[in-house]
Amino acid sequence: MSAIALTSASLFGLCGSALVGIGLFCVIAHPELLRRLVGFNILGAGIFLVFGAVSRRGAAMGLGGDPVPQAMVITGVVVAFAATALAIALLRRLASLTGTATLDPTSPEPSETAARSEA
Amino acid sequence: MTPLYAATPSGLLLVLAVMLPASAVLAMLVLGPRHTRRIALITMALGLGVALATGIELVRSGAALTYIVGNWQPPLGIALRADGLSVMMLAVTAAVIAATGIFARDLFSLDQASCDGRLATSFWMLLMGLWSGLNLVFLSQDLFNLYVALELLTFAAVPLVCLDGRGETVAAALRYLMFALLGSMLYLLGAGLLYGAYGTLDIRLIAGASQHGAAIHIALALMIPGLIAKAALFPLHLWLPPAHAGAPAAASAVLSALVIKAPVVLILRLVVEIAPPEAAAIAGQVLAVMGAASILFCSVMALRQERLKLMIAYSTVAQIGYLFIVFPLAGIGDGSAPWGTIAWTGGALQLTSHALAKAAMFMAAGIVAEAVGHDRIRDLGGFGRVLPLSAATFGLAGLSLMGIPPSGGFIAKCLLLTAAAVGGQLWLALTILAGGLLAGGYVFRVVDRALATPAEPLVLRRPIPLRLEIVPLILAVLAVALGFLPLEPFGLLQIGRPDIAGAP
Repeated sequence: MSAIALTSASLFGLCGSALVGIGLFCVIAHPELLRRLVGFNILGAGIFLVFGAVSRRGAAMGLGGDPVPQAMVITGVVVAFAATALAIALLRRLASLTGTATLDPTSPEPSETAARSEA
Repeated sequence: MTPLYAATPSGLLLVLAVMLPASAVLAMLVLGPRHTRRIALITMALGLGVALATGIELVRSGAALTYIVGNWQPPLGIALRADGLSVMMLAVTAAVIAATGIFARDLFSLDQASCDGRLATSFWMLLMGLWSGLNLVFLSQDLFNLYVALELLTFAAVPLVCLDGRGETVAAALRYLMFALLGSMLYLLGAGLLYGAYGTLDIRLIAGASQHGAAIHIALALMIPGLIAKAALFPLHLWLPPAHAGAPAAASAVLSALVIKAPVVLILRLVVEIAPPEAAAIAGQVLAVMGAASILFCSVMALRQERLKLMIAYSTVAQIGYLFIVFPLAGIGDGSAPWGTIAWTGGALQLTSHALAKAAMFMAAGIVAEAVGHDRIRDLGGFGRVLPLSAATFGLAGLSLMGIPPSGGFIAKCLLLTAAAVGGQLWLALTILAGGLLAGGYVFRVVDRALATPAEPLVLRRPIPLRLEIVPLILAVLAVALGFLPLEPFGLLQIGRPDIAGAP
């Protein structure tokens, strides 16, 4: 029965997959790099939530949750932070060199996001 | 029950392979820019030694080398394991990185100002970081550890693309980063699902699981496309040509020869070791179709390029395609052991010969661009007269890409062609032949310009020292010499393999 299966773990899992979907949409559909970057972070948050659900389901021996996925989430957060920092640094460089913040060659004029990332 | 992994006495070599370059980066940070070059060159000598020792140890013992990190057995701990394929990749990586190092030292010392400047310092650090990440991808058996290794590789490769800091290369680097990040996110999600289903991240433990549910199919359907985006197979190759063509010559050589091979090796591991047979057969077919499309489409694109480095970059995507048509040819998914087939040997040879030939080709193109000041193919008439060694390098590397005997590329493509003919896969045989013809087309286009007699002779912007031209020539000669190798050393590929088939 689906109603019975809706424990907190599966609720978190469903929320995680929804976030993954939203993030993926953001990454693919938006040409502005800053939005894409936010999309990546939403996608990452969704994945970490799925990890949390996995951890909760794997709880055993009186523990509240399986510690291995939690350790992976911590590592993953660090990696995602580093990736975002690298991308922002490159993006600022791109904006200061070319005045655009997209990779779309059809829109050469500086966009609003470029001005904001410069500020 | 005996544990799946038993540490071998020489397993410490594997730790050295990963940690030597990583400690070199730390030493560079501590000792400052004046010493980076020396540290890098010393590390390269040591790293070559480690790769050599690992190879000797593997052949001597005839079994895979294993190291268990912190002595924590999987499923909780992480195991490093070197089988034949990993050791081959370690050796190729060490050879190409060392060659690139010598080439880069001479290239940067052309210009005294940039010799120990910011550009050179960043290059050496990133090169060492790259090496550490590559070795970890080839050795690790833990899916999450592999994710970290892939990210390390990305973070070292992306800045290499935009070392010169021009707007177009920064844009190329960002596009590369976007594809690579999407790829790693999909991979990470897949790894999480696999952990949820199996309670372990160890490749061999998952492979040995008695029954597979739906989770493994979903996980692999996420992970393999993610890795394809990093490997730049046909529909997801868009980032590669601008990134590899815009990078400095020494950087494009490692990016094209090594970095994109890491996700390919990982896909190979996932499909061959983890995937259930019927899923592996389907995945193999799909990957082969993409590989064939990659060969045909990107070879045609290479023919149409105006600029030399862009042409070589498109040729990389085309040559990567050959690695993916191995899947159906090696009979993956029909229950037999794929690593005994000629297609598997052909694929491994293609991996090696392409790494050597492509590194040589990018270095030669870099020398031409440095000497002439541009790399527009049309205006390069007669460069063979002023830079005879670089033209020869280009031609020799081209032999291997086209698959003309006697070269490593010829043996590789001949084995793949034979496997396709024997297996009745006519469309793959035709693709291999067409790919060879198209490669001939784009290589001859450049060789023709090299041998042309222009109305006014080409003027060199700056003299090129002989030393600089020797390194790519050696790599190109090695790529050709692979064709003379008796195929016996590739029995190396089977070391450490069959025991998976027998695992519970």
